[in-house]
Amino acid sequence: MIPAAFDYKRASSAAEAISLVGQYGSDAKFLAGGHSLLPLMKLRLAQPAMLIDIGRVKDLSYIKDAGKHIAIGALTRHMDVETSKVLHEHAPLLSHAAAHVGDSQVRHRGTIGGSIAHADPASDLPATTLALGATYVVQGPKGQREIAAAKFFKGFLESDLAADEMLVEIRVPKMQGAGWSFQKFNRRAQDWAIVGVAAWRRKNEAGVALVNMGSTPILATSVAGALAKGASVGDAAALASNEADPQSDLNASTEYRKHLASVLVRRALEDASK
Amino acid sequence: MTATQDRPAAEIGKDRRRKEDQRLITGRTRWTDNITLPGMLHLAMVRSPFAHATITSIDVEAAKASPNVVAVLTGKDFGDELGVCINAWPITPDQKTPAHSPMPADRVAFAGEVVAVVVARSAAEARDAAELVDVEYDELPAVVGIKNALEDSVLAHPDLGTNKSALWVFDSGDAGTGGDVEAAIEEARANGIVIEREYRQQRLIPAFMEPRSVVVDPTGEQITMWSATQIPHILRFALAATTGVPESKIRVIAPDVGGGFGGKLQTTPEEWIAWAVARRLAKPVKYTETRSESLLAAHHGRDQVQTLTLAADKDGKVTGFKVHLDADLGAYIAIVGGGVPVLGAFMFNAIYKFPSYRFECQTVLTNTTLTDAYRGAGRPEATYAVERMMDELAAEVGVDPLEIRERNWITHEEFPFTTVAGLEYDSGNYEAATAKAKESFGYDALRAEQKERRERGDRVQLGIGVSTFTEMCGLAPSRVLGSLDYGAGGWEHASVRMLATGKVEIVTGASAHGQGHETAFSQIVADRLGVPFEDVEVLHGDTQIAHKGLDTYGSRSLPVGGVAIAMACDKVIEKAKTIAAHQLECAAEDLQFVGGTFSVKGSPDRALPLAAIAFGAFTAHNLPEGCEPNLEAQVSYDPPNFSWPFGTHMCVVEVDTETGAVEILKYIAVDDCGNQINPLIVEGQVHGGVVQGIAQALFEEAVYDSDGNLKTSTLAEYLVPAACDVPPITTAHTTTPSPTNQLGVKGIGEAGTIGAAPTVINAIIDALSSLGVKSMAMPASPQTVWKTIQAARGGKK
Repeated sequence: MIPAAFDYKRASSAAEAISLVGQYGSDAKFLAGGHSLLPLMKLRLAQPAMLIDIGRVKDLSYIKDAGKHIAIGALTRHMDVETSKVLHEHAPLLSHAAAHVGDSQVRHRGTIGGSIAHADPASDLPATTLALGATYVVQGPKGQREIAAAKFFKGFLESDLAADEMLVEIRVPKMQGAGWSFQKFNRRAQDWAIVGVAAWRRKNEAGVALVNMGSTPILATSVAGALAKGASVGDAAALASNEADPQSDLNASTEYRKHLASVLVRRALEDASK
Repeated sequence: MTATQDRPAAEIGKDRRRKEDQRLITGRTRWTDNITLPGMLHLAMVRSPFAHATITSIDVEAAKASPNVVAVLTGKDFGDELGVCINAWPITPDQKTPAHSPMPADRVAFAGEVVAVVVARSAAEARDAAELVDVEYDELPAVVGIKNALEDSVLAHPDLGTNKSALWVFDSGDAGTGGDVEAAIEEARANGIVIEREYRQQRLIPAFMEPRSVVVDPTGEQITMWSATQIPHILRFALAATTGVPESKIRVIAPDVGGGFGGKLQTTPEEWIAWAVARRLAKPVKYTETRSESLLAAHHGRDQVQTLTLAADKDGKVTGFKVHLDADLGAYIAIVGGGVPVLGAFMFNAIYKFPSYRFECQTVLTNTTLTDAYRGAGRPEATYAVERMMDELAAEVGVDPLEIRERNWITHEEFPFTTVAGLEYDSGNYEAATAKAKESFGYDALRAEQKERRERGDRVQLGIGVSTFTEMCGLAPSRVLGSLDYGAGGWEHASVRMLATGKVEIVTGASAHGQGHETAFSQIVADRLGVPFEDVEVLHGDTQIAHKGLDTYGSRSLPVGGVAIAMACDKVIEKAKTIAAHQLECAAEDLQFVGGTFSVKGSPDRALPLAAIAFGAFTAHNLPEGCEPNLEAQVSYDPPNFSWPFGTHMCVVEVDTETGAVEILKYIAVDDCGNQINPLIVEGQVHGGVVQGIAQALFEEAVYDSDGNLKTSTLAEYLVPAACDVPPITTAHTTTPSPTNQLGVKGIGEAGTIGAAPTVINAIIDALSSLGVKSMAMPASPQTVWKTIQAARGGKK
């Protein structure tokens, strides 16, 4: 488990990190918690020539009440998301989902921004923030821009982030007492989900996103649309895979994944309706 | 009766925490990879990405030019100097055995086979350069899977002309150990019950925690190899036999070894390559595999198709059992690769009185990683088959699974019992173990709850699984191994040395790789010699110190190695007694040995502690006529029989019929391994074993695609369960000592694995039987369970 040779720079601010990545271009990768990138490097599936370590950029680790939304610094560790009182009150679905990421060692190192920027459809937090209608704030050499989560994920491990941009903040709308549920179906507790569902519901309004049901996290808009028109939970859940395009792998065929998605969406909506 | 038995045991039976754990758990110890020698070079292997291919060229120039690379060597560079990898157990005289070079020069036969080795000043530089070795292959068709191999249309080794390696047969009619199974089946077809099934034992990967690692130092008078191996003595013998170096010039050391489960019961290409490179360059070298290399290239286990025919009368009394195995050897025949499924021959009759029995084992070659011993080695496979069949028979007869077992098992009055497979079971009490399991399990209450859930049609159904078992442990009586054409004996060697200061050194040929030998053996010695536990040091794993031995596998360390130690202690005591009699000026018969002290019967103040006798034997100032100085003894012990531990396991599962998810709610293991030296170690072994059995039932499978690529090449795909994925395990025991060894011990390392897989699968099928489910493939992943339910419901959702 020896990665290919690489150079290493440590940035002390977001601006410095962005300047460094501008210098080294597409050969460079940001290193935050390292729990997605380093395993790929050890398997030599990723061989960046330069790692820019942003793990010690302290001012990007925060969870703040910003009025209508909660602002979360990109370098906030999963454990802090999991245990945040602010999130427990205003976005409990997110802190609950964070508790399902990997194991406790992973949650003490991995960061919410790293997980989202990595854009792995099998990760829990991209889909969860997508369900919650989050906005991501990214910073580049020319300043900051905001991207809606629904527009961020472009393909397998691909996002709207430019090579010289860095995700700096995640803005999660307050849930305002909505019911919610997070369903994670896997074979071992610490694995990625075979299928996961993040859902919230408030009267006829709902947000449902699916984990590992395609090349990106999937927003199940048909389910939410059906509920808005008054469909029953069971009928809405049957539409779970409308936007999905799940792959087949050792754990699940496409057919089984679609079946699981319907079951788990139904359970999530029942749970969120309690 | 020996002199030691007139004092009460103090150490044996005590829950001692293991003395080796501090260093093993912290890792501050002599793992092979922790060894660093002056001037040591590092190896990286270049492995074939193809399952079957001709090597057309290997360009090593770019790799050689890489920083700090010392050499890049291929099979062609070495020729015969490499030696060969051996199969020590040809199961039939006409077995087809492909030539197995550690690093073939012309053709590879599985993905992961080594084709070149890079030698560099650091491991990282070796790994980087290995990526630059340019190998050109002509891909050949690969044969993957037992059924494909049997067709012989694509050959793993075209020169052999067939994939079928050997057919090994035992028939109780021919052997005179029972009746004619065909007649029994015919009779049952007319007047009884015949059940015919095919089960698959999926391929598993032992997945020991410490990857394999080897260091070779060729610079001394002896060439020294450190290896993360279970078998330093067999390794030394094999190096001598195949590389032309005299055995006396070879020292093999298995330092602390981090698990094996049979996976390190092997002589490996990587060891042979490291050996050859070190000798060629006259420098110490080290090779440590990556986790993915370990999953890919260290031997796998299981992988059988079992075709079974069980005949019984209408009451469910079995009249005959016919077993045909097709077993996948992989691309070559590993050291005991063919023998592992053959061990099953003695276990398919299990704890039962079958009047007739036939066992056939067809081994086949495929273009996949080699298979060989994995925890239980032949016995879990057999136990699974028979315990599934007993449940099928119970269902057919319409009685409880426990009832059908009781109708067929050997009762405790019938021991010693000669089985239809021709071996003698030493002792057993299956009734007692089963009764104990049933009682603590709450069997009847769970059956009632199951009935309620079925009647309500609950989404989550309850299932109860049972497995009884016995296993052959204490490998092995040498004459039996000889009759099976195995290439070595089954004895074990022990030395017990009293040092001048009264401390004790024990040397055993059974080299531990996590079992706790140092603790358990110290307890035996402390009791025998009456010395403090802390005064005993157990030495093992270095052929220069433990000069004779046959290593650790087959639950043999205690019933063979431990017994050898006890016998050596007795020899020490006998010698000490003659010295004590001389110095106390009395007859030896007048002495008693209690609590580590000899005293004259009736005159307790005329006494000599063993430590004083040891010092006297060291100074040799006042020894009896003809008595050699020093107090020590050696024993080579060949067991008269295997030992036969047994047990009854039960579990209850919940199956979510909507998703196929299985959760084990409760697991109870009642094991009887005879006398227990350290119950805490026994419990740990049962826990670990049960987890590995659950892993086979629910989680693990080595999966190949049709081209022979291993799809489960990291621990993200090969699903070794973690602590949070397995249920709490309740252990209990009964005690039925073995009458064939003086400690009354039987072995416990493999029992949990043997009992667990059928227990869990029986429970899942029990949960779903009301839906029409009759069989379940392993691993019973949620998808597999869901699909099985769908099929039973006729595709209706």
